[in-house]
Amino acid sequence: MSSLILATIARVAVALMLLFSVFLLLRGHDAPGGGFLGGLVAAIGFILYVLAEGPREVRAALRVDPRSIAFVGLAVALVSGLAGLATGAPFLTALWTSFGDVKLGTPVLFDLGVYLVVVGGVLAMVLALEEEVG
Amino acid sequence: MEVLLAILIGVMFGASVYLMLSRNWVRYLFGFIVISNAVNLLLFAVGRVELGRPALVPPGLAAPDGPVANSLPQALILTAIVIGFGLLAFALVLASRAWAELGTVDVDAMRVAEPREDAAREGRDA
Amino acid sequence: MRGLLIAPVVIPLATAVLLLVLRPSRRVEHALSALGCVALLGAALMLLVRVAGGGVAAMQLGDWAAPFGVSFVADRLGAAMVTVTAVIGLAVSVFAMAEIDDRRRRFGFAGFVQILLGGVCGAFLTGDVFNLYVWYEVMLIASFALLTLGGERIQIDGAVKYVALNMISTLLFLSGCGLLYGLTGTLNMADLHAKLPAVANQGLVTAVAVVFAIGFGIKAALFPLFFWLPASYHTPPVAVSALFAGLLTKVGVYSLIRFFTLIFTGDAAFTGALLAAAAAFTMVTGVLGAAAQNEMRRILGFHIVSQIGYMVMGLAIATPLALAGAVFYTLHHIVVKANLFLVSGVVRRLSGSGDLARTGGLYAQAPLLAALFLVPAFSLAGFPPLSGFWAKLFLVKAALEAQAPWIVAVLIGVGLLTVYSMTKIWAEVFWKAPPEPRAALPPLRGGERALLFGPIVGLAAITVAIGLWPAPLFDYADAAARELADPRDYVAAVLGSRP
Repeated sequence: MSSLILATIARVAVALMLLFSVFLLLRGHDAPGGGFLGGLVAAIGFILYVLAEGPREVRAALRVDPRSIAFVGLAVALVSGLAGLATGAPFLTALWTSFGDVKLGTPVLFDLGVYLVVVGGVLAMVLALEEEVG
Repeated sequence: MEVLLAILIGVMFGASVYLMLSRNWVRYLFGFIVISNAVNLLLFAVGRVELGRPALVPPGLAAPDGPVANSLPQALILTAIVIGFGLLAFALVLASRAWAELGTVDVDAMRVAEPREDAAREGRDA
Repeated sequence: MRGLLIAPVVIPLATAVLLLVLRPSRRVEHALSALGCVALLGAALMLLVRVAGGGVAAMQLGDWAAPFGVSFVADRLGAAMVTVTAVIGLAVSVFAMAEIDDRRRRFGFAGFVQILLGGVCGAFLTGDVFNLYVWYEVMLIASFALLTLGGERIQIDGAVKYVALNMISTLLFLSGCGLLYGLTGTLNMADLHAKLPAVANQGLVTAVAVVFAIGFGIKAALFPLFFWLPASYHTPPVAVSALFAGLLTKVGVYSLIRFFTLIFTGDAAFTGALLAAAAAFTMVTGVLGAAAQNEMRRILGFHIVSQIGYMVMGLAIATPLALAGAVFYTLHHIVVKANLFLVSGVVRRLSGSGDLARTGGLYAQAPLLAALFLVPAFSLAGFPPLSGFWAKLFLVKAALEAQAPWIVAVLIGVGLLTVYSMTKIWAEVFWKAPPEPRAALPPLRGGERALLFGPIVGLAAITVAIGLWPAPLFDYADAAARELADPRDYVAAVLGSRP
């Protein structure tokens, strides 16, 4: 399927959605949002691109296999959990540090991992389905 | 509100059981979609329904102001939705592979793994 | 200690991530997966020693106090199950190095095996009902991938049946979680143990118990919910069959044991009778189904069903001796059944088929394999002095003490019919003359031979060792059963105080 209108809009919309997904990811810090929502929005952005340009272009644009993105996300989340363990606290315990007004901690890292898992996982499934059905 | 939800959940369970009893794998999957949502609604309803009060602490306060919606069932539902989505995506790919490889979506007609007795015997003799 | 409790989950998952992200060469991949399994085994043994010496251990994920956070708990049963899981994981990973072809390897076979092991260990150690559901799904999705990897026609067919029934099982489990939460407002198992007796409507509690029993019953392949198992277990590569046969149904059995000793203890007469009837039918239909089959792995698949009945029967009788018997039986069965599937893999490799009509003459061709087959086969049937004899003996003794002669009759009768199937495999595969004409297959090379036979010899040695020295394992199972029968220690470890 190729539609000039969809393809033109998709180019702008995908960029905006990716930006919005990062906003949601960071907003999840202490308001509704987070890695899962952000990941889904980013995945939907890529799915729009799949509909406009086809799965092959999306694979090319991603450069890496979506499954690898998901597994890297799993690794990031595991590391954020292990960080707590390293200080003698139980697995997944949050560690916090602050730079002035900005608090940073391992939950952000965990959220980033979730974001990557969701983007990678959803895209792997959608691309497989799209290529399967043709 | 809970009564309405309970009736809706019951209707959805009934419809999905009907669909899932079908030998057609695609109908089974439609049944799976309906029953997943019925279970999610069930999780939602057992957490007691509180309308329009998100479980957020307003700025400047240490605890929420008045009763709020139970957020635990929502977390459970979110997890269940994700898992259900993954399972469904896998089952869809499986359906399309089954159609391509076995030429049917009728589960009873899939006899590669469990051949009928006479067919199995002929296969061995051949 | 806190790290030790989570290690059996983190080690396989980290290994899986490494395997799936790096996609290393064959040699590195084999080294990594073996290393991961050895590390898992080491952690499991440390946990086992710790729990055997110091009683139930618990930790709270993320330091959120129970019952609000997710608890991880290791009691004697959980620690032993994790240890056996590690043993089977190691055996299957080594076996798979010789069996799995390059195409499946590139799709991430070894990584999915590790994810499955992580999921199984998580299920054995979690102390939270919903978290158990999540581990079930981790296992389920990894098992879907392993079952269909390679995409042969027969695999697709088996996977459709497997997926259909297992998805229903997870939905029932999830509904059960919801109903439990609605009744008590908690999903922590120890907290549920304390709060369920206070629920006004005990009839509803029993109904929820039955929802869980059906959900776990599908997983464990109980009568009449087992049809997915013989339809799918003979379709994937043998290493996958062995892994599933050893571990997956046993997670269902473990969950039944955990739920019906810790959570649903209110209406023991009703649930016990229900489980006893289901177990008896499971044993009989499984063993009769096996007698009618003519393919080695399908026979073994039906025998899994029949043996599950023994374990659940132990749970149904529910005296401490019966529970000890069930724990002993489960531990012994995981080793024996995985080993029988591995033997069937070598048979397939040597004669090109698992179909009894196309095999034969392996006694002359591979006498070592024939001898190795007899160890798990006789153990499964319950010949002394192998592990299965003791497992059956304890169950029969428990049934006699509970004054249930019909259970004794079923236990012994099904054992005799098991002998029939094992003799049939022996006669058809090993003893009779090979069929003409025989397909020419490449002979086993030295390295391949070591990888195929090593795990079988190791598991057979465990079976013989348990058979010759059953006392340590029985004492352990007995202590585990005492913990199950009186869960005060478990509850205290999780909630931090004795109720």
